[in-house]
Amino acid sequence: MDLWLLRIAIIVYLIATASQLAFLVTLKAEVRKFASWVTWGAFALHTVLLLTRLFAGGYAPMATLHEAYSFFGWCTLGLYLVLLLRYSIPSLGAFATPLALILLLGAAVTPSDIIELPPALQSGWLPIHVGLLFIGNAAFGIAAVSGIMYLIQERQLKKKKLGMLFHRLPNIEVLDEIGYRCLTIGFPFLTLGIITGAAWAQEAWGTYWSWDPKETWSLITWFIYAALLHGRMTVGWRGRKAALWAIGGFACVLFTFLGVNYVLPLILPNVQSLHIYG
Amino acid sequence: MEIAVVGLSHKTAPVEIREKVAFAPDILHEVAKSVRGLDHVREAVILSTCNRVEVYAAVRSREEGIEALIGYIAEYHEIPIEELRPHIYVFIGVDAVKHVFRVASSLDSMVVGEPQILGQVKDAYEKAQQGSATAHVLNRFMHKAFSTAKRVRTETRIAQSAVSVSFAAVELARKIFGELTGRTVMVIGAGEMCELAATHLVENGISNVMVTNRTYARAEKLAEQYGGKAVHFDAFTKHLDEVDIIISSTGAPGHVLHAADVQTAMKQRRQKPMFLIDIAVPRDIDPAINNLDNVYLYDVDDLQGIVEVNKKERAKEAEKAEEIVRQEVDSFLKWLKMLDVTPTIRQLREQFDEIRRAELDKTLKVMGDNLTKKELKSLESMTQAIVNKILHQPTICLKALADESDADLSLDSVRRVFGLPEADVIDEEE
Repeated sequence: MDLWLLRIAIIVYLIATASQLAFLVTLKAEVRKFASWVTWGAFALHTVLLLTRLFAGGYAPMATLHEAYSFFGWCTLGLYLVLLLRYSIPSLGAFATPLALILLLGAAVTPSDIIELPPALQSGWLPIHVGLLFIGNAAFGIAAVSGIMYLIQERQLKKKKLGMLFHRLPNIEVLDEIGYRCLTIGFPFLTLGIITGAAWAQEAWGTYWSWDPKETWSLITWFIYAALLHGRMTVGWRGRKAALWAIGGFACVLFTFLGVNYVLPLILPNVQSLHIYG
Repeated sequence: MEIAVVGLSHKTAPVEIREKVAFAPDILHEVAKSVRGLDHVREAVILSTCNRVEVYAAVRSREEGIEALIGYIAEYHEIPIEELRPHIYVFIGVDAVKHVFRVASSLDSMVVGEPQILGQVKDAYEKAQQGSATAHVLNRFMHKAFSTAKRVRTETRIAQSAVSVSFAAVELARKIFGELTGRTVMVIGAGEMCELAATHLVENGISNVMVTNRTYARAEKLAEQYGGKAVHFDAFTKHLDEVDIIISSTGAPGHVLHAADVQTAMKQRRQKPMFLIDIAVPRDIDPAINNLDNVYLYDVDDLQGIVEVNKKERAKEAEKAEEIVRQEVDSFLKWLKMLDVTPTIRQLREQFDEIRRAELDKTLKVMGDNLTKKELKSLESMTQAIVNKILHQPTICLKALADESDADLSLDSVRRVFGLPEADVIDEEE
């Protein structure tokens, strides 16, 4: 059942992404309307998919890599839709939906079995810890997306070569503002996610912090975003610099999420992360 | 019924003529009303802007109608008709429809794609309505012109990009700051381009203007014009931190604004973006400033380059727009042609039905009492079917007639054959 739902969800995500891109090219009002409906539809379908897994497995569907990808993608698309209520940026969808699509494709290529939850994970901390972190990660994802849009637009303005994207992308001020807004959403979630993780580790393993690679990298990520937040709030960082930091920060988020499990073992085969996927 | 256009524009008449022929806006409804009263003219709309004066009319006959219109314009403005004639253009039928649709869509404007003309055409139509100078031909025609203009607006990007240096500056400012409300512009020096750009920025929502000039009195004068404040030239760099946009156009031989000044200002304003426009030649602003983060410097060549690209883009879009106009002209003309034949078709139907009813009544008077309800009903539908069958072929033929050039003649024969009374098309509501 949920496998079928996943396949349909992927198709709807593909249509949503394609139509968002088609709108970016054609700028037709009907295409925009269609893209908007399909994107909401994709989100609704994905929500049903998550609920189905919740009831089928009896645990918050965040315990396997597959579930993490899926939840991450859902948060990203959801946050994009929430931002749309506040900011009128028609072109944002063409950049945000591909990110959500990639995350869902990540879910598609990882084993999707519903597992027997190991005792360590049978805890109320699971949805809190993982949920907080991925909402934060989604915010950082959108911040990186608006950072990319900022860099494209800023480059055109600086080089004085106004290509076809110039009219399609919004003004750089609002892109910077979205980057800032997402940072202020993401940072508290990341902080709380790390704190709840430490609390859970104390309960499960008897120690708050064990300098496990995943923990170390999440701390590095935290410091990057702390520096960016500090720079923005007190030093007056903005624009290009802030956009580059937001993109770098998100690279770090992805490495903490995936690289620690996939890349690090290749380099340091002796270091194993205690944590599941993430 | 045909659509006729008589008028003159920036393409055919110099301003000396145009200003003589222009109609005052507050009497346009009166003018439209009296034009409608002319012989051979059934409906009229008068458009009078600084670039064109045009009369749109629904006329019953081409030549007489057009002569009446030209005569009216000459007489009204007391200009000898011979003096007027060389500047006048006349369009009739397809060309007239196409012309008006192109005007409303801003394809005939001096600056193609400029947005004001549609509003002016709408005003002209409203005035004509006030003078009850329009009826259903021009009503339909003008609405079609508006919807064509709207299609052109939404389906092409004809009006989207700036084609003058000062508008290009506004467009860039919008992409840097978004809304311009609450932003501050500083004008360094004076000069026409400078003032034009500043005026456009103020029109687009800039609220604070600062002006500086080597001659303080001139700065004060210009500042007054924008409701801004004048700043002493030797101290203007002190205000840079409050300024979002700078427009510079002094006659100075060297740079008046240096990278160090802007760098200091950027620190003070916590890196909020700054947009500098250097219209002066030789340049006023150190080009190295463009390398600073969050600072965007455009000189006159940069702006000109953008304008050139936009113009090419606009020409491409204009082709798409012409295609839309072609489609809409076709669809309007189809309706207009049907307008000639529909009254005949309707009258024919009415006449036949009258005969049917009369004959049926006669028959029923004789044998009606003996008939059952069901029989009455089938008698009714039988007679109706006969009428329909007889009229089927003529109706098809008449509709096809609408496309033929000598429709009037054939239509006349048909009306004579069936003895239909002379119909006034105007009285036939859709």
